[in-house]
Amino acid sequence: MSQAAWRNISIGVSGFIVLGLGALVIANPGKIFFSWTFFFEVLIGGLLAGTLYSLVALGFVLIFKASGVFNFAQGAMTLFAALSLVRLIEITNSILLSMALTVVIMMALAYVIERLVLRPLVNQDVIIMFMATIGMTFLIDGFGQLVWGSDVYPLNLGIPQDPFEVQGVLLNQFDLVAGAVAALLVAVLAVFFQKTRIGRALRAVADDNQAALSVGIPLRHIWFIVWTVSGLVALVAGIMWGTKSGVQFSLALIALKALPVLILGGLTSIPGAIIGGLIVGAGEKLAEVFIGPLFGGAIENWFAYVLALLFLLFRPQGLFGEKIIERV
Amino acid sequence: MTVRRFGLGVVAATVAATGLWAASAAAQEQFIPLLTYRSGPFAPSGIPSANGFADYLALLNERDGGINGIKVTWEECETQYNNDRGVECYERLKNKGPTGASLVNPYSTGITYAILERAQRDKIPILSLGYGRTDAADGRVWPYAFPALATYWSNASAIVNFIAQKEGGHDKLKGKKIGHLFLESAYGREPIPVLQALAQRHGFELHTFPVSPPGNEQKAVWLQIGRQVRPDWLLMWGWGVMNATAVKEAAAVGYPRNKFIGVWWSGDETTVIPAGDAAKGYIATTFGSPGALYPVHRDIGRYVYDKGKGHGPRERIGEVLYNNAMVAAVVSTEAIRTAQGKYGVKSLRGEEVRWGLENLTLNAARINALGLEGVLPEIKLSCLDHEGGGWVRLQQWDGKQWKLISDWIAPDRALVRGQIEASAAKYAAEKQITPRDCSKEG
Repeated sequence: MSQAAWRNISIGVSGFIVLGLGALVIANPGKIFFSWTFFFEVLIGGLLAGTLYSLVALGFVLIFKASGVFNFAQGAMTLFAALSLVRLIEITNSILLSMALTVVIMMALAYVIERLVLRPLVNQDVIIMFMATIGMTFLIDGFGQLVWGSDVYPLNLGIPQDPFEVQGVLLNQFDLVAGAVAALLVAVLAVFFQKTRIGRALRAVADDNQAALSVGIPLRHIWFIVWTVSGLVALVAGIMWGTKSGVQFSLALIALKALPVLILGGLTSIPGAIIGGLIVGAGEKLAEVFIGPLFGGAIENWFAYVLALLFLLFRPQGLFGEKIIERV
Repeated sequence: MTVRRFGLGVVAATVAATGLWAASAAAQEQFIPLLTYRSGPFAPSGIPSANGFADYLALLNERDGGINGIKVTWEECETQYNNDRGVECYERLKNKGPTGASLVNPYSTGITYAILERAQRDKIPILSLGYGRTDAADGRVWPYAFPALATYWSNASAIVNFIAQKEGGHDKLKGKKIGHLFLESAYGREPIPVLQALAQRHGFELHTFPVSPPGNEQKAVWLQIGRQVRPDWLLMWGWGVMNATAVKEAAAVGYPRNKFIGVWWSGDETTVIPAGDAAKGYIATTFGSPGALYPVHRDIGRYVYDKGKGHGPRERIGEVLYNNAMVAAVVSTEAIRTAQGKYGVKSLRGEEVRWGLENLTLNAARINALGLEGVLPEIKLSCLDHEGGGWVRLQQWDGKQWKLISDWIAPDRALVRGQIEASAAKYAAEKQITPRDCSKEG
């Protein structure tokens, strides 16, 4: 079957799903509560929740951009960073000192990963690298619990969390802070990638690591840097998610929230991670509130993947990802 | 007799004596497998539970020399709260000790379901205190399963009775909205039939709010609760990260925490401490009173921790899950003690311990003697009733500790028991099981 035929089928299936869901909503007025104020409240809440997903997705994008490796261990790194921070705060009683020490720990982790995992596997197939990151996930999870313990640790960095209303729409200060942090992080990373020498080197390695090597870009240093930056992004994500529900093992599972975001935004685009996060956040919250009751609720997890799959049918590379063209 | 023959005789006698001594030593043990989860996503709940159970067994050995002199032995097996690992642990430990496993506490509803039929075949009682399969409370159909103290159904009914108390009577429930927030799972859905029956009886509206596992993202559902439905009271059947997240989200939408009541798995320190100030006023049920305030805790400190034999940090003795697990250990060992009254003071087999469970009575005098006054309610199990009274208490988090805010509250026994028997009878019909005649049980 031709590509055009597949696309037509995809459009047909998507249209059917959208129309079907719309019909279900209209046919069940008793089950669905709707008002525009409430709609905007859910929409804004979803967009802000989406920024938290973007924070996790950014870590994936950074490593994929620089090395073509899908880092399955990103969730474990988020947990490890947050665990290190929260336990160090207990020991040192200083948030700033603990953050500095956690940064050092994440740098050490990046060094160990580059030295013991990436360097021996250089030039191996991408799937081998991916399998290595699966192994690293369990290693980092286990090591983190061994060193820092398996309890739930509260994390309070003084981020305000009280709700307030604007024009009847309920907002939460924490969600707004999370949105601001994500925006700031994207701006910093954009400057880093576009304007700095290291950033340009990272992009060169991402394009073709053999060519980058041939012009004198030290691949090992670049990998160390990118894994460090990814570790710092994991720390930021860990802080935001840990503040939300305590630092505990389930932080490692938030990686699953990033997957549909990556499918939507593309694996190689930092703005894509943000836009993808916003779409997934808003989409799943609207679906949960306005369509969920028709299915008995709890649909947001799988609905995010439905959304991602629909995008995959039209743009396999994601909204902002690079189109893969290979000569055969 | 040659010197050589004499030598061989001495060796043989020594070997035989050693064997006999070893056998008799082994015969003086009562083995209990401990299925624990000290690692993995639910470790924060698994660690205090494992410590509470093991500390009480250690106390019996150190203070009393075991149960009537029979040493209690145990072995931990890490399940990580996974059903497959739970089954593996059960299989690995069921034949340990001189008489095999006395009984097993699976510490997971999923694992309980996974080993229910195996345990029936192996004649090893399952004690699932406060969890597990609710209709297993009908001992005629489930001779080896004991969801003792209070099932999820009793718990749900007792919470509705508590709400009725607060509202000024059951008649005041008419027209009220009661929500049920739950982890989308068999566990979370378990109390819904009872809540529906109670809603019909008392005329309140029941609204259900499922949360996708693991529950670390609940914004959408809380917008429905806090901005759309606004229930007068909200129940929670949560687990793991869902609990603290829910309490925080309640604060985020301004839902009053003193109208928010969790089941006991949503009522421990891991629920409220990560939520910080947001948790102040939050209520939960319990079947093992909180705090290290009781004589049994003093004994655990003196006989176990002072000797360096404690299983966790001393300052965590008395946490909610620690006490709940300690109560499970009390019920387990008192059942063994009861069985010793019939079968003699020796190592007992699983089916003998089952008799002990079915004839277990913990009255006020016995509870006091165990140093547990106020920690657990009076219990009487029987062939017919593997649950006991179904009593629960309500506790409230004041920002620093749990405080009891009610006396023991009974469920609507007639309604709950009726549903248990109907469900068990349906299972028996499906599986072609002939229920036991309890009048013939000795």
